[in-house]
Formats: sequence, structure tokens, C-alpha cells
Amino acid sequence: MTIKLAARIRRSALQMVYSAKASHIGSALSIADIVAVLYGNIMKLDSLNPSNPTRDRFILSKGHACVALYAALADSCFFPLSDLETYGADHSKLMNHVSHSVPGVEFSTGSLGHGLPYGVGKALGARIKKLSWRTFVLLGDGEMDEGSNWEALMFAAHHRLDNLVAIIDYNKIQSMDTVSNTLGIEPLAEKINAFGCVVKEIDGHDHNQLINAFSSYSESKPLVIIAHTVKGKGVSFMENKVEWHYKNPDDTQLALALAELEELNA
Amino acid sequence: MRNTFINKLISAAEVNDNIVLVVGDLGYSVVEPFANRFPNRFFNAGVAEQNMMGLCAGLASEGFHVFVYSIANFPTFRCAEQIRNDVVYHNNNVTIVSVGGGLAYGNLGYSHHAIQDYALLRSMPGMLIASPGDPNEVNASITYLLQNPQPSYLRIGKAGEPNIHKGIPLVKPGKWIKILRGSNRKTLLCTGATMELALSWIKGSAKYADYSLYSLPLWGMQYKHMQAVQVMEWESVVTVEDHLVDGGFGSWMLESLINHSDLIARVSIKALDSIVCSMVGKQKMLNEAGGLIV
Repeated sequence: MTIKLAARIRRSALQMVYSAKASHIGSALSIADIVAVLYGNIMKLDSLNPSNPTRDRFILSKGHACVALYAALADSCFFPLSDLETYGADHSKLMNHVSHSVPGVEFSTGSLGHGLPYGVGKALGARIKKLSWRTFVLLGDGEMDEGSNWEALMFAAHHRLDNLVAIIDYNKIQSMDTVSNTLGIEPLAEKINAFGCVVKEIDGHDHNQLINAFSSYSESKPLVIIAHTVKGKGVSFMENKVEWHYKNPDDTQLALALAELEELNA
Repeated sequence: MRNTFINKLISAAEVNDNIVLVVGDLGYSVVEPFANRFPNRFFNAGVAEQNMMGLCAGLASEGFHVFVYSIANFPTFRCAEQIRNDVVYHNNNVTIVSVGGGLAYGNLGYSHHAIQDYALLRSMPGMLIASPGDPNEVNASITYLLQNPQPSYLRIGKAGEPNIHKGIPLVKPGKWIKILRGSNRKTLLCTGATMELALSWIKGSAKYADYSLYSLPLWGMQYKHMQAVQVMEWESVVTVEDHLVDGGFGSWMLESLINHSDLIARVSIKALDSIVCSMVGKQKMLNEAGGLIV
């Protein structure tokens, strides 16, 4: 079921980026499976009452990949699918970085390194009030350059926030080059483990592995899932290409991309 | 002012479970009574201001009124983008409390001179600045903030400031509060910890002997429209602040009169010259060197 949702997210994301002539399609395709598993399987949601106090909280810290989240929210009936067609248009709620004016979105991002501290605050709030919902924060790998994320990990581990799940979309490519050529973050798992968190390393496109990782729990420790992914996943000519952080597909490329997704899904 | 702040916060937290205090590893010998009384609602975020401000915004998004306490520029400039994006843009109920406003920590050097904070915070739409001038105004400002959830910046001095208001005044954003009525139609209008200084000018100098004294402890971008009608009452208004002229309170007042060119000439500014940026010393000496003298 979540496989089909991921396919719909990818298709919608491509169409949105194509229509708006927007960037960041590679980043959105990279997280499509993570978002699909969260929205299709893991998280407690309430599309009729997006601020239902018992819901799980999701924060997209890498806000530039917003089309994947908008697609998942529309697919989950938070707003009409037709609204996706307004993406990036003047006065649209669906702006090109994730926006809290969109039903179901907890937090606007766009500047990196903000989502995890904010999620830590939410998780701390649930702890103070003894509430059982969880907070999920999806981060980029390039985003781990930001010191605020490491501050947040320290705080989360110190305060034993086991209701916090951070997912790092580790597609190995950041804005201008590979992560390893820019500012190497390895050994990533060892670092995060040393900060006092539980680390799970998985294939971020394998839905069973995602479900298992999200379903795991270690008392008194925040969970960090390092999801190994492919930037541009699902469209062969976009995969592992820095340029698709910026480019938007032309008519031919869109048709080709949608056909590849169709084939993949069949 | 520090002690008034913490005592007031403790009283409020007794009846409001949603009040949380977060500190940036500062507040030794000030915040302990709160921490001891409410250990589940007190957090020392360590020396990590970006995360501190981000998590305060996240906490506030879950219904808490978060007071985040540190000194000088640490809870403002160090985490300016978290204030801008996470707190103010999301209209989260976070009160940033900075102790040592102005040159209160003058001896500690430029890092501790909070003389550009108004400029930063008043550039954010929706941010309420609370810069009380005496402990009674601290009390009144906190009461207002508790009753009116919104992003806010509470700038307080250190300790030992005298009460100048006879009782706890009624405060309202944008509204000047009378402290002393003089015999002519000229007034000093102070904000922040310059209240005592402004009063001393009236009592101790021929130049300002007949002036009135008003204060404006609650202000910000959204209250500019209330100023012209108050300036109109006076022949001369001299704003007094311990902040650089650039981006400060007096500059805010002049901006508020941008469509009232006839009133602009009535306002003059007593604020700090940037010469103090390269100086170190006691608050009094630095204020005088910066131009806060008759």
C-alpha cells in the first residue's frame, strides 16, 4: 500500500516541479518512500482535525523537498488534490519551501538546521504533559553540517527523549557536490551513537526496513534513522545527479520520467 | 529588576502549569528558586543558543508560555534566525528575557554590550518589545505578557534598580506612561533602564528642570501608529535609551512619524554613540561617554 503511495508522491512531485518550474526534485524523490511510510503506515493522523492533540508530529526540516510532503498530505485528504496544481503560484499556500499555512504542516522551514531543535521542543512538551504521541523530524544529509542539529542531538539524548525520531535522508549529495567532497560527515552512525542516540541504518527506499525502524523503540534514548537513499530515486536520468537539485524537467523529460515511474510501479 | 522578574514568574507558575523557564547556562543565584520549585518545568539548555531558541519555539507550539533567559546578546543575536523564523514567524508564545540590557555589563566588554538588540528585534513583525525601566514596570510588563500570548522580548537591567513608579503602573503597548508632570510642554520619554537617569536629569539640571517624564515600556513595529497623536501633545519630546541611535527607540519614534513631517522636528534623540563600542568600563562611565549626559 505504501509502495503505491510513494509512486503517487513521486508522480505529483514531478508534476508540481514541472508546472512551477521549481527546483529540488532530486531531494523530493529521495524522501518519497520515507514520507509514504510515515503517512501511509506509521503516523497517527487526523486530516479532519489537523491540530488534533493526539496526532503524531512530523517536521520536514529539509523544507526544499516540500513537494513530497504536499503530495502526501493531499493524498491523505488534508486538502484537495487539485490544490497541488497551485504549487509555487502567486498567493498559493503551497510555496516552494514547506509552509505551516498548509493544513497538516507543523512547521515552516527553508533555512536548514531549524527542524530538529523545534522537534526537540515538541518532544519535550509531550514529555512534560505525559502524552504518548511521537515527533518525527526528517533531515537532509547536507543539513548535518549545521551545528544546531548537533546541539539538538545532545539535548535530546541528555533529556532521554525517547519520543523523538530523527530521520536523516542520506543520499550523499548536497547542494553543490557530494557530501564527502563538501564537508565529510562520516563516520555518521558512530558520531550520532556517541552523542547518546540509538542509530538504525537502513535502505531508505525499502518499505519493510522503514516500517521496522520506525516501529522500534529504545527506552530513554532518541532514535535516529540513517536512511541510505538515492537522490532522484525512481527516474534514471535524475539519480545521483547534483544538477537535479536545481533543474526542472522539460516536456520530454517529464514524459520520460512519468513513463519510468509507471514502469517501476507495474 | 532580575529578582522582580523571577519572583513574578514563580507566582505566575504556581497557578499556570504551562509556564516553562529555559536558561542558556546563565542565571546563577537568580533562577534557582524557580528551578527548585518547578523542576519539571525548568531546563538549562547549556551553552547552545540556537537549539535553545528552537526548542523554546517548539515547546511554545505545544501550548507552553516559554520564558528563555540569558544575558546580553546571547539569547538574541546568537540565535537571531531562530527568533525570526521559529518564534516570530510562527507566532509562538516565547518571551526572550535578556538581562544586562544596555551597558549594564560594561566592564565585560563589547561581547556583553547589549546596545543593538532593539534594532534586531524591532525589525521583526509581531515582536513585542518590553523594556521596563524599574521593578514596578517589570511586574506590570510580565502581567501583560502573561495575559497576551505572543512573541516578546523582555529586556531588563541587572539588580538594584530603584522603583520610580509609586505603584505598579497600568501598561499598554504603544502607550506612554506618566511618571512626572513638569511645568512646560516638553517631555523626556524613556524606555529601558534609563528611567533613573532621565529622572536625574530633570531633578539635577537646569536644562530639563521643567520637563515632564514619561516612559514607554511596551512597544514594537505594530504600535507605531499610536505615536503621532501622543507626540502632538508636546512642543518637544526627547527620547532616552541606552542603545545605539541606529535602529533604536528614538529611531523607531521618528519612523512612526514618517507621515507627519510637522511632528518630526519635535523629536530629538538621546541615545548612545557608537564610540562606546570600542570602550570598556562601568555602565555610568560608558553611558556618559556615549552621550547620555545633559
